[in-house]
Formats: sequence, C-alpha cells, structure tokens
Amino acid sequence: MEVTASASASRIKIRQRSHASAVLQITLLSLTLLTIYGLITIDSRNVDVFAALGDMINNFRIVFTEPRLEKLSWFDLLRELMITVSLGLLTTVIGAVFALFLALFAAQNLAPRRVNDAVKALMAFVRAVPTVLWVLFFAVAAGLGSVAAVVGMAFHSVGYLVKAYAETFEELDAGVLEALRASGANWWQTVFQAVLPSSASALLSWTFVRFEINFSVAIAMGATAGAGGIGYDMFMASAFYLDLRELGMFTYAVLLFAILLEWSATRLKVTVGARRSY
Amino acid sequence: MQPEAFFRRRRLQSLLFLLIITALTYGGILMTQFDVTQGLMAIPRAFSWAIANFIPDERAWSRLPRILEKLQETVLMAVASSSIASVFGLGLALLGANTTRPHPWFSLPARALASVFRNIDVSVWALILLFSFGQSGFTGFFALFFVTLGFITRVMVETIDEVSTDSVEALRATGAGYTAIISQSVIPACLPQLISWVLYMIETNIRSATLVGILTGTGIGFLFDLYFKNFSYGSASLVVLLTVAVVLIIETVSNYVRRVIL
Repeated sequence: MEVTASASASRIKIRQRSHASAVLQITLLSLTLLTIYGLITIDSRNVDVFAALGDMINNFRIVFTEPRLEKLSWFDLLRELMITVSLGLLTTVIGAVFALFLALFAAQNLAPRRVNDAVKALMAFVRAVPTVLWVLFFAVAAGLGSVAAVVGMAFHSVGYLVKAYAETFEELDAGVLEALRASGANWWQTVFQAVLPSSASALLSWTFVRFEINFSVAIAMGATAGAGGIGYDMFMASAFYLDLRELGMFTYAVLLFAILLEWSATRLKVTVGARRSY
Repeated sequence: MQPEAFFRRRRLQSLLFLLIITALTYGGILMTQFDVTQGLMAIPRAFSWAIANFIPDERAWSRLPRILEKLQETVLMAVASSSIASVFGLGLALLGANTTRPHPWFSLPARALASVFRNIDVSVWALILLFSFGQSGFTGFFALFFVTLGFITRVMVETIDEVSTDSVEALRATGAGYTAIISQSVIPACLPQLISWVLYMIETNIRSATLVGILTGTGIGFLFDLYFKNFSYGSASLVVLLTVAVVLIIETVSNYVRRVIL
C-alpha cells in the first residue's frame, strides 16, 4: 500500500519536473532560432560589420579617454544635467501621486474584483505603449516640449507604479485588514491607518526605482522628443556637430549620476528586480 | 505620554518628508519650465483629439504588411540582442561572482565593466554607436546588447552566489575541475533564473528598440515617427495598437514560462 502511494507521488513529481524542463528546452530552442533568424535578417544597409567594429573600438577610445567640452561651459553642463534630473523627479512625483490613488483600486484586498480587473487592464495597456510614443502623442495637443514630455513620462510612470504598488498592497497581512474591518473601521480608515503605514517603505523603494528609470528616460526623451536637458545636447553633439569628444563628456556626466543613483538604491536596499523599462 | 510622543515625531517626520518632496517638485517645475495648467489641459485635449483622429483608417490597413514587417524587425532585434547579451553576461558573471571567479582579481573589473555598460542609457549608446554603424540595424542591436549585458551580469552575479555556493563547495571537495563544476552544477542551477531575466529583458528591449529606432531610422519606431510627422495619424495609431498587442502577447507568454520553470 505504502509503496504504491509513494510511487505514484514520485511519479507525479517526475512528470512536473519533466514538464518544466520541456518548457525550458522549448524556450531555449525558440530563443536560439529567433536569434539566428534575427541576425540573418538584420537591416545592415551595406555596413561592413567587422570594419565598423574596429571603428567602434576606436570611437570608444575617443569617447572615454579624450572627453572635453566644446560648445557648452561646465556651468551649462551642470544646468542641462539638472534639467534632466528635474524632469525625472517631476514625472516620478506626479506619477506616484496618481498611482497611489489608482493602486488602491487595483489591489485585490482593497477593492471589488471587477474594479481590480478594469484598472489592471487599463494599466497594462498604458505600460505596453513605449514612453516615447506617449510623449509624441501628447505633443500633438501641447506641442513638442516640456509639457508633452512631463505628461507622457508621467503616464508611463503611473502604469508602472500602479502595478508595483498594488502588488505591495496585496502582500499585506489579511488578518490586519480583517481586524480593522471587524472593529468597524471604514475603508478610508483602513487605508490610512493600516495599508499606507505598513507598506510605506516598500512604496518608497518602488518610487525610487522608478526615479532611476525616469532619469534614463529623461535623457532619451531629450534626444528623441524635444524634452530638452542633457539628452538634447547629446543628440546635437552626435547628429549635428559629430563631436565625439563633447559627447564623451556628456556620457561621463550621465554615467556618474546614474552610478550615484544605483549606489543610493543599494544603500536604501531597493530590490534590483525591476530596473530600466521604457 | 510615550506613544503620544512617538506619534508626534512620526507625524513630524512625514510632514518634513512631504515638505522636501514638494520643494524639490517645485524646483523641478521651475527647472524644466513645465506649465502645470497647460499640462493638465493637454490630457483631455489629447484624448478628445485621439477619439476623432487617432484611429486606424482605410490607408492604415493598406499599410498593414509594411507595419508588420517593421514590427517583426524590432521584435527580432530585441530577442537577438537580449539572448546574445545574456550568454556573454553569464560569462562575465561567472568571472565576477565570488563563488565562481577563477581568481579574486577578476571580480572587480568584471563588475565595474558591467556597471559602465548598464548605467549608460540605451539612447546614449545609440548616439555613440551611430558614428560607427550609421543608420543600420547594428546601431540598435549593439546599444541594446551593451545595456542588457551590464544588467544580466549584475543579476546573475547575485544569482550565482545565492544558488550555487554550497554545491560548488561540495564538488570542489570531491576534486572536480573548474569547467566540470561550472557546466555540471552552476549553469544548470542558474538556468531557470537566467531565462526568466532574458524574457524580462526582451519585454523591456522591445520598448527600448522602438525608442532607438526613432534615433537610427530603423524598425517600428522609425515607421511611427514617419507616419506621425507626415500627419498620417490613422497609420500611426495602427502602429501603436499592434505594438501594444505584441508587447502584451510576449508578456503573457513569458509569465507562463516563468511560472512553469521557476
């Protein structure tokens, strides 16, 4: 009796393992095939890769060993960097405020299931649209500039933060909520006395992660969507003045700031999990 | 008295925190010259405009084959750069992780290199690489490759030290060689985590590739930019809808794979 029981138990386990490893192997195989196909069909526009790779190494040498400022002064560089940082900060704060409110309706333990699903589906859509497309979309109504950039970046931040915040809320101890409800606390009291205080540090970590992301996004939006700041200067140095040395100095500026942010995140024990997502 | 003092201090702390954030935000508004009322007005204006103009029209559907072709190009670029970067990233992580480094001296250079790669944004890499690869697919490929390499190295260094410290010690005690330990123990143990991160990077890189495409004139980003600047809003909206569909499908597939293998 016991033998058959343990045999059937182990058989089930084996099947589960083999299912997992089959999925793993299929995933590996598909990634390999797609990669090979992607490399064969890449739009090469008659660029000789091997010659260009040598050129790239030489360009890296110029960028990283001979940086200098040409058109901008040190003060200008600092100001442009601060504009980009401000853009990242502003969009993170605006995104966090709206996301905090929406996440309460996206969390399964705080709102009815139907409301959860609606908010989550809407946010999945908002997240799936790349930030640059949001910014260009708002540029139609507001013109290219800081207004479109802030609104577009804040939109994508809301999509990202609602997911993160809602998952944080859902990890709350169900007993605490039940106890508060049983003692007659209304919904707002539950939120302000239990939900927000006990998840505050997790919410702050996620917000900081998003600030790191938004700093990079702000550079990218300066380069592609008229958001100004150091990204725009980098775009001009690259596409108009063809000045690798000045581009090198800008690169060092954004690299140092990004490393500073990453270092602070590690100090604040922010999870690595979810960095960099447009 | 005691709890009252505690709550008073906590209230004071939260108030101070809010004050600092408000001040920084106000500074940010001044720095970026962001017009708050304009910003608020832009949202309803953009959406009411979208309802009238931002829907796929006849012309958009006739462009469907071209859009799908460019979308495929972008997805394949994201997959190829993420996959190849992960292989190299795993290699760099093996050199950098405390458990598997061949010599303690390898650790710092490997981690520092990864830090430089991931902390320079993908758009910045693209602007540098434009000098060598011009407006070709390689610019985007290598930009995504470098950032992914840096990211995968970082997360895999942590995974290797977490997952395989004990088994490596055990195998070393039996006298197994370095390559045998790596190929028989470390890589199999880390593979599910690695695949999970690759799938995450593919999702991220499709969106990044759209952005890089606007800079380099390739893929779906270029097509969106082209339609948008020529006021073909119907076609641009079809590009957005299809991009969203592809991103959501890939997210669903990778969530499934992650659930099964982890």
